[in-house]
Amino acid sequence: MSAVDLLSLTKADQTHRSASLAEADRLMTVCNSCRYCEGLCAVFPAMEMRRDFTNGDLSYLANLCHSCGACYYDCQFSPPHEFNVNVPRVLAEVRGEAYQLYAWPRAFAGLFERNALKISLILAGSVAAFIAGFIAVHEPAALFAANDEPGAFYRLMPHNAMAALFGAVFLYALVAMTMGCVNFWRDIGEPAETLSEPRSIWQAIKDAGSLRYLDGGGAGCMNEDDKPDDNRRFYHHCTFYGFMLCFASTTAATGYHYLLGMEAPYPWYDLPVVLGTLGGIGLVIGPIGLLKAKFQRDRAMQDGARFDGDAAFIGMLFLTSVTGLLLMVLRATPAMGLLLAIHLGVVFALFFTMPYSKFVHGLYRFGSLVRYAKERRSH
Amino acid sequence: MTHFSRTSYDVVIAGGGNAALCAAISARRAGAESVLILEAAPEFYRGGNTRHTRNMRCAHETATATLTGPYTEDEFWDDLKRVTEGHTNEDLAKFMIEQSSSLLPWMEEQGVRYQPSLGGTLSLGRTNSFFLGGGRSMLNTLYRTAEKFGVEVAYDAEVIDVDLQDSRFRSATARIKGELVKVEGKTFIAAAGGFEANLEWLREYWGPPAENFLIRGTPYNRGSLLRLLNQKGVEEIGDPTQCHAVAIDARAPKFDGGIITRLDCVVFGIVVNNKAERFYDEGEDFWPKRYAIWGRLVAAQPEQISYIIFDASSLKLFMPSLYPPIKAETIGELGEKLGLDPKALQNTVSTFNASVRDGNFDPAVLDDCRTEGLTPQKSHWARRIEKAPFYAYPVRPGITFTYLGVRVNREARVVMQGNAQPAENVFSAGEMMAGNVLGRGYAAGIGMTIGSSFGRVAGREAAKHVRG
Repeated sequence: MSAVDLLSLTKADQTHRSASLAEADRLMTVCNSCRYCEGLCAVFPAMEMRRDFTNGDLSYLANLCHSCGACYYDCQFSPPHEFNVNVPRVLAEVRGEAYQLYAWPRAFAGLFERNALKISLILAGSVAAFIAGFIAVHEPAALFAANDEPGAFYRLMPHNAMAALFGAVFLYALVAMTMGCVNFWRDIGEPAETLSEPRSIWQAIKDAGSLRYLDGGGAGCMNEDDKPDDNRRFYHHCTFYGFMLCFASTTAATGYHYLLGMEAPYPWYDLPVVLGTLGGIGLVIGPIGLLKAKFQRDRAMQDGARFDGDAAFIGMLFLTSVTGLLLMVLRATPAMGLLLAIHLGVVFALFFTMPYSKFVHGLYRFGSLVRYAKERRSH
Repeated sequence: MTHFSRTSYDVVIAGGGNAALCAAISARRAGAESVLILEAAPEFYRGGNTRHTRNMRCAHETATATLTGPYTEDEFWDDLKRVTEGHTNEDLAKFMIEQSSSLLPWMEEQGVRYQPSLGGTLSLGRTNSFFLGGGRSMLNTLYRTAEKFGVEVAYDAEVIDVDLQDSRFRSATARIKGELVKVEGKTFIAAAGGFEANLEWLREYWGPPAENFLIRGTPYNRGSLLRLLNQKGVEEIGDPTQCHAVAIDARAPKFDGGIITRLDCVVFGIVVNNKAERFYDEGEDFWPKRYAIWGRLVAAQPEQISYIIFDASSLKLFMPSLYPPIKAETIGELGEKLGLDPKALQNTVSTFNASVRDGNFDPAVLDDCRTEGLTPQKSHWARRIEKAPFYAYPVRPGITFTYLGVRVNREARVVMQGNAQPAENVFSAGEMMAGNVLGRGYAAGIGMTIGSSFGRVAGREAAKHVRG
């Protein structure tokens, strides 16, 4: 043996703001000396464009990772190997920390901790407030009066009040999430001009819209074990496009109301209801599939600390669609009033907690895909 | 208690890497009813050195989606002749090359996926097919396919005895999680790798220097089946005192550091031993043509350790390394950190610097940057080591594989000692018989070609024997 302990001279130069980032730096250094996984997704080619990894670089790589799991099972150095290479788990931890770091206002960053509990409390409070509000404004009996004529919903809550309240919470979520994206963009050190390159944006829209990198490089992705039989891509499509259809339904209904002067509820064959029904069905199937996958996922690849919060967000989407569908089916029955209050409460809580829930993963991932599209062209 | 579904199998296979899996799948496809794989390693480490591979060299007529051009059988044969310096069985080698033409599509049928050559391996983009996700990904795919075919696999199952009389195999005894289990077989395929992880044998063949060798691959290739077959009368092939070794980072673990412990920077600096003396021309030829000699060169140095020394101007010219280079502001300080005599190192570096003749530095060609009046000289890419900070990587010999094996014929049947008759129902594939084709040297991806082609043949022939 040499008189000198050579391993003691093996220290990285980078300093990191957290243990997860330091571990991510170590892993990216290991992976960069191997590169066997470069065909699996965007993370490894993006890694290869660098030799050192700053905090911002690691946040970018972490948000580029779709957690497809292929690299974990393909790696000859994953645990129990002493190199202990577990990219999906460590990048998930880095993402979790990043969500908190970018949260706006900073005072609310703590909502990401024990996320499930806090989301549930906000949800319960919101639903209770709507029920109490209806009862305070009307007779309790009005809550259970069967009625499906046009304008029935607005007897319980005037349309303008509804639009103002939801407009406000939606706007708040929009501002908070925009600020989060600004923080992310600054942290990864990407210039603002990148966002004005149509080619990069369009590429990212295609990649995100198709979940191009949730397929293990073409072999399929892995969730429970090394078999590439994971259906998260399908369920995510159900969830995402279901959500967008529901959103389109609300937008169409708002247009009907203010531009055409037609009041909800609308007949089952009308555009807002068709969009809402299709979206609602997608938003029932998708979250069930995603939740099931989350529970079946190999624990070794999961960031345990974020499990509950992720599940809570998926649960919120599920509740939104289920209460919406129930409201549509039972709107002519005495249950309508209570269902409306519950549905509005769920939707309000969904929007209010959106900037502090797993919802933000899509924003930072999209940003990372934009940056990656640019880097690929210039490398 | 280990329970197999039966007491007797059509095909019993020792080993669980590429060769074993190709044999198992091929045997089932050719009509063998029952196949059992006995893998000595635990499940995570299954597959020997296949876990660490990344590509396979096969002949092909045209460019494909992942290969940049044709690679004819003739060219393959020329390459094999060159790297082995003629130490090959021409008949078997040509047979293997012919087999390799149909291997790429065959592997694809088993679910294996390819990708274009990895970054930094451009020279292999035409000849070698790279596995998407690397060797372990490919191995997992073969295991899944074997499972679909109903192949049974036992892990932690080392074959410790075989009943082999008059060239006929009857049963194998395996130690499975501490318990002895005997299993009968109509045929036996030995595909359990070489002996490079057996430290005792390494000391036996190479003496004390072997203490300082690192083993790049699996800790489970201990050669016990090789010795067992030899004791039962199977003929050996290959030189036990030969191995394929390269210079790898001295900080790598004793076993299983894999490809990532390699260093590609010898040509950009100087290499000194623990006396701070140079001992070989670092710029003799392109790195891919020379990396395989440095294992042996370092093994011949005191304590089997050397140091690659370079400066800031070369830091980003090679693949990023697993461990960071050791860094210092002066050569003297670097020497101190490495435990070398600082004055001796300064002296070696300044003597080298003084003999460098300026030229046009170009890593892509055999350039005209060389030393004059220096022994040993540095023929190309010689630049003064003068720009701080200064860097060093410590290196030791890292063994990739050994050449000792069993002799086989075209049907992958092992050949018995004395009468040179092929055994009735014993076959071999992979590193255990690689010495038939590869008596010396190496070319990227050939180990996998040997494993897949002879594995496929062994499985097919075993099934044929069973069907009668």
